[in-house]
Amino acid sequence: MLNWINQNFKTYLLVELLRGLSVTGRHLFKRKFTIQYPEEKTPKSPRFRGLHALRRYPNGEERCIACKLCEAVCPALAITIESEERNDGTRRTTRYDIDLFKCIYCGFCEEACPVDSIVETDVHEFHFENRGDNVMTKEMLLAVGDEYEQRIAAARQADSAFR
Amino acid sequence: MSTLLSFWGQLPLAIQVTVETLMKIVAILVPLLAFVAYMTYAERKIIGYIQVRIGPNRVGPRGWLQPIADFLKLFFKEVVIPTNANRMLFISAPVLSLIPALAAWAVIPFTETLVLSNLDVGLLYILALTSMGVYGVIVAGWASNSKYAFLGAMRSAAQIVAYEIAMGFALVGLLMAAGSLNLIEIVKAQQGGLHQWYLWPLFPLFLVYFISGVAETNRAPFDVAEGESEIVAGFHVEYSGISFMIFFMAEYANMVLIATLAAVMFLGGWYAPFDIVPLNWIPPFFWLFGKVAMLMFVFLWLRATFPRYRYDQIMRLGWKVFIPVTLVWITVIGVFRFLTPWGFIFR
Repeated sequence: MLNWINQNFKTYLLVELLRGLSVTGRHLFKRKFTIQYPEEKTPKSPRFRGLHALRRYPNGEERCIACKLCEAVCPALAITIESEERNDGTRRTTRYDIDLFKCIYCGFCEEACPVDSIVETDVHEFHFENRGDNVMTKEMLLAVGDEYEQRIAAARQADSAFR
Repeated sequence: MSTLLSFWGQLPLAIQVTVETLMKIVAILVPLLAFVAYMTYAERKIIGYIQVRIGPNRVGPRGWLQPIADFLKLFFKEVVIPTNANRMLFISAPVLSLIPALAAWAVIPFTETLVLSNLDVGLLYILALTSMGVYGVIVAGWASNSKYAFLGAMRSAAQIVAYEIAMGFALVGLLMAAGSLNLIEIVKAQQGGLHQWYLWPLFPLFLVYFISGVAETNRAPFDVAEGESEIVAGFHVEYSGISFMIFFMAEYANMVLIATLAAVMFLGGWYAPFDIVPLNWIPPFFWLFGKVAMLMFVFLWLRATFPRYRYDQIMRLGWKVFIPVTLVWITVIGVFRFLTPWGFIFR
């Protein structure tokens, strides 16, 4: 009986509804979490896996030795490599394509690389405007590497203690 | 100027009256539609704030041009009419839902003198027109020839029938207290300050009226007619572009109408809450506007707070809670007014 009275009391005085309204009412005045994206950005981890790049040694020589470990480990079969002997007797890639539509950004290629050549940079703001732009060629990858070498090196340096 | 005035004087009386009335209608509808447009902005902003984000702020300073951008976008979109739809009904449905929402404003008193038509049966007129609004929804659902639209229309019809009764009874209670169907008389009966408002003696009826109003306008938490998660968008799934926009405007115009009526009938209309000096200086219209804005905020607050009712719970609330509550309160008012000496409570 008492329970019944209590129940009806609560129902007709809208106790629980008012409690809910007070919760949302308090949220109205809370500090907002929104980050105004193009102007403000969240910090990124040095382990962030974004756009790919091929790195060079400080003397300008490309690191890649065409061992094809990245091609072998790639779970999405996004990497295609062809290689040849260069004039100085070293093995080099003649073709190094990454299909960014296939790529799942797992970072295995980077893990597999014995010479730290293929890396994933922290660049995530890229887009394609034409069909076929999704395939990154060797030249494009090297260009990305040249452009972001400072950031790539800094990120590797920051993370080196944990590897 | 004088030639214009003399030309005006020479026109037949019928034309003079017609032109004058049309101008008054424009003077009511244009600010109303502007208010409706900015309600959409306010809704997005307020619900955003309640959800701890900031809402639209990209179009114009702080997003103030957002409603205009939305309008332009919808205006230039294609109106798609389904192949098997009934074209005539399909096109007329949005209009059917917008017209009653706008026509009801004819009898709303903004101040003691500022009213388009001072009807003696204003309350009846309002009741008649607000219940007309459901035809737009039903016709839209039927004409679309789509199962989701049809389900939405059926739900809406059943819901509005249930809540119309509760709403009508709530107004009967008001009528018993005020002794008039004229909205101006009803407001005048609440003159003299906060304690004279019908909000206090008729508090249960105010609640029932307002909640029924939320249900009547198909707003959350009673928006089963749209119910995104179950029936996509309900009665207006098949509508796009400007015809969708008209539905949208009708919904918001109805919300403003319900809020205004609640302010007029229960919150003392254009009267200040206290008849003292600094509050007297504010023009009566702004008091009404402030009360309407407050109630509109409650509409949005409810939407941001409560999850959608289950369909059978809506029916239960309408038939088994609201109607008995209003009936009991009408009885209480009747007994107090006519059988006991304490009738002054309900005046």
